[in-house]
Amino acid sequence: MNFSVKAWSNGGRARAGVLQVGSCPSPIETPCLLLSTRKGLPHFISPDLLPSLPSPHSHLLQVSPLHFFEALSPNTISTIGGLHQLLGLHEYGFVAVARDSIQCLPEFNSTNRVGASFETPRGRALIKPLEYMKLISSLRPNIWTTLADEVPAWVSDQRNKTSVDRTLRWIDECVILSPAGGAVFGACVGGSNIEERRRCAQELAVKNVSGYWIGGFGLGESMDERPALLNAVTVRGRQTFCIYETTCATSLQTLQIWKSLPEEKPRLICGLGLPEEVLQGVAAGIDLFDSVYIYHLTLGGFALTFLLDRFEEKLSKPRSNDTGGDGTKINLRATVYRKDTTPIVESCKCYTCQNHTKAYINHLLNVHEMLAQILLEIHNTHHYLGFFRSMRESIKEGKFEQFRQNFIQSRRDHLAKATVCA
Amino acid sequence: MALRFEVLGRFNRARAAQLTLPHFLCQTPLFMPVGTQGTIKGLTTTQLEDIGCQIILGNTYHLALRPTSELIDELGGLHKFMNWPRALLTDSGGFQMVSLLHLADITEKGVTFQSPVDGKPMLLTPEESIQIQNRIGADIIMALDDVVKTTITGPRIGEAMRRTLRWIDRCIAAHKRPHEQNLFGIVQGGLDPVLRDECVRGLVARDLPGYAIGGLAGGEDKDSFWRVVAQCTTTLPEDKPRYVMGVGYPLDIVVCSALGADMYDCVYPTRTARFGTALVPEGVVKLKHKAMADDTSPIDPTCACMVCKNYTRAYIHCLVTKDAMGSQLLSYHNLYYMMTLSRDLHSSIIQGRFPEFVCKFLQKMFPKGDVPQWVCNAMEVAGIDISSCCAPFFSSQG
Ligand SMILES: [Zn+2]
Ligand SMILES: [Zn+2]
Repeated sequence: MNFSVKAWSNGGRARAGVLQVGSCPSPIETPCLLLSTRKGLPHFISPDLLPSLPSPHSHLLQVSPLHFFEALSPNTISTIGGLHQLLGLHEYGFVAVARDSIQCLPEFNSTNRVGASFETPRGRALIKPLEYMKLISSLRPNIWTTLADEVPAWVSDQRNKTSVDRTLRWIDECVILSPAGGAVFGACVGGSNIEERRRCAQELAVKNVSGYWIGGFGLGESMDERPALLNAVTVRGRQTFCIYETTCATSLQTLQIWKSLPEEKPRLICGLGLPEEVLQGVAAGIDLFDSVYIYHLTLGGFALTFLLDRFEEKLSKPRSNDTGGDGTKINLRATVYRKDTTPIVESCKCYTCQNHTKAYINHLLNVHEMLAQILLEIHNTHHYLGFFRSMRESIKEGKFEQFRQNFIQSRRDHLAKATVCA
Repeated sequence: MALRFEVLGRFNRARAAQLTLPHFLCQTPLFMPVGTQGTIKGLTTTQLEDIGCQIILGNTYHLALRPTSELIDELGGLHKFMNWPRALLTDSGGFQMVSLLHLADITEKGVTFQSPVDGKPMLLTPEESIQIQNRIGADIIMALDDVVKTTITGPRIGEAMRRTLRWIDRCIAAHKRPHEQNLFGIVQGGLDPVLRDECVRGLVARDLPGYAIGGLAGGEDKDSFWRVVAQCTTTLPEDKPRYVMGVGYPLDIVVCSALGADMYDCVYPTRTARFGTALVPEGVVKLKHKAMADDTSPIDPTCACMVCKNYTRAYIHCLVTKDAMGSQLLSYHNLYYMMTLSRDLHSSIIQGRFPEFVCKFLQKMFPKGDVPQWVCNAMEVAGIDISSCCAPFFSSQG
């Protein structure tokens, strides 16, 4: 794995970079989306349909080793030859993260000093670093994250401190057991406590890892407290200096104490889903994101529809509220689509929009046919990859802040209008 | 008539033909997967084309309920609605009602049933069935018939057959798109050769574009099953397609093709996939089985499908019956298997090596030579020598 930052957005921490992963045919530009999978394959998009998604930016797949725990033995996975062989996806990059944020979630009450606990479809599972690394060694992902003790936003300071201590210790344990080949991303936790976040980042900064996984998000924290928590681990010294220079005499001292995660290494986050949340993450300097949002949209019968191409453009005018949407998405279960023979997004180049109408997807949802989920996952993934492309362009043009403000503003306008309509 | 049927090759009773339908040029014998609600469960239309599907079946009863035939018509027909460029076939809706609804009753007027929507009594007449199918717009539409279980005996069988004949005239009269859609008549008559014969003669007199053999695959014994098929295929016209409804298993398809049938439909390959069963030349592989967890071979090493080229039994084992992808991948393989079987039947007949194909097929499925007696009996009538794949001990069993 190789990563380099190519551009910083004017006056901000948003950054555009390039990530090279051994098995991917061409470099992947960041910020980028990792496709959410179930046992290594997208939830509904079968492998022969995957190439219809934009390449190479659809080539990073997130996989949870827990999906294989007690389902396939590490020996069998090793015999087959690891994830790339197991899934027949040789030109894809696999990123292993313990939790999948859908069915496998951290269960902090049962996590203890020997291992991390998760709720899984097969019940509660306690995974020790040794077992976890056995799975990682057999799966041979391109990138893997260390085991973490993730806690929700509401735990006590003491529990949070324990979580950071454990996570830091497990980084060392995992790294010692690490297989050859894969790049390790050290886990950075600290819940909703800025001091703990900083402490974790600082300790992590000196460890021998190739990148960082920022954990503990999407676990009950509010959107408002997120920027401070993210900045606590990603703020660069130089910028700290710039911000505090005129107002605070201790700025230089502050800079020395608060070492953040080194900026030359990639940062991956899980648990930020909505476009607004992803924008927060990108603004704070995050490079890689999970995509459980797409999974939830797809299961709910939603399709993303917001405009992508130019950040100056406003979102489409809201229609009446019976579309079941909110300006960024529509609900295809809504009866207004019963006879709608247009594609989800007229200009969309995805397989779904090139081949099927809203009326057909509405019918498939009505009769509970799986093809609905297949078509929606394809469109939503395609669309969200487009959103990431737009963000990258705006960063490269130095206009990320403008893009972000426009996006948020037009959403607000839309919601206001929709309220008036209703 | 909106089809052309050209026999390209024969081996005794078996035939390989080219069936030209309004939307596709098909090669027979062929298997038609069932896409009840305007989709084959878990597969895109592009995948179905990749797999080689030629005709897909839609169920009139389900489509009439949702999204309704009026809506399909308004949006340009089922082909356009589901974006399927190749051929479609719809059933009459009668069989679905009788099999799905407890309160269905058949009178001279039609099939009466309780609406599953509001419980009100409803009536599906032959005229209505055709009208609905005209709106859906499939390449082949089926006449409404009076279906009785093959296991039933007595005068009801004869009554149903004669009613089916009376209804065919009402269907023909109601058919508004004979130049775009082909109305197939259905041979009824249970397991009674006299009734079957009367029905065939009655239908042939109407000179329909094609004929179906109905009322089978409903629990009758296998010997009765193939004998009805054999009887009908000898009396039905040579220059018209013959469709055995609700069949089925690969073995049944091979036997029926040897007897001169051309078309088949069944939910089995996709339904069994959802329960974790794969079709292979040796029979079936149950991927749920514990032994599969460590099996690193493909589902079928001789299969060239996307699934067998990429996946191990072990991986499919951990998906089946738990994850959507499990049934998607298995359905893909199973349909690929059925399409390969169809193609092999077609080409082996054309190339004059049909008996060799049948023997190889039976050898794989019955490696010990224990070919079922009914298959041996049918093959004798079909004039296919299968002695090379039958163990003497088994073939001598009566
Ligand atoms: Zn699309
Ligand atoms: Zn296969």
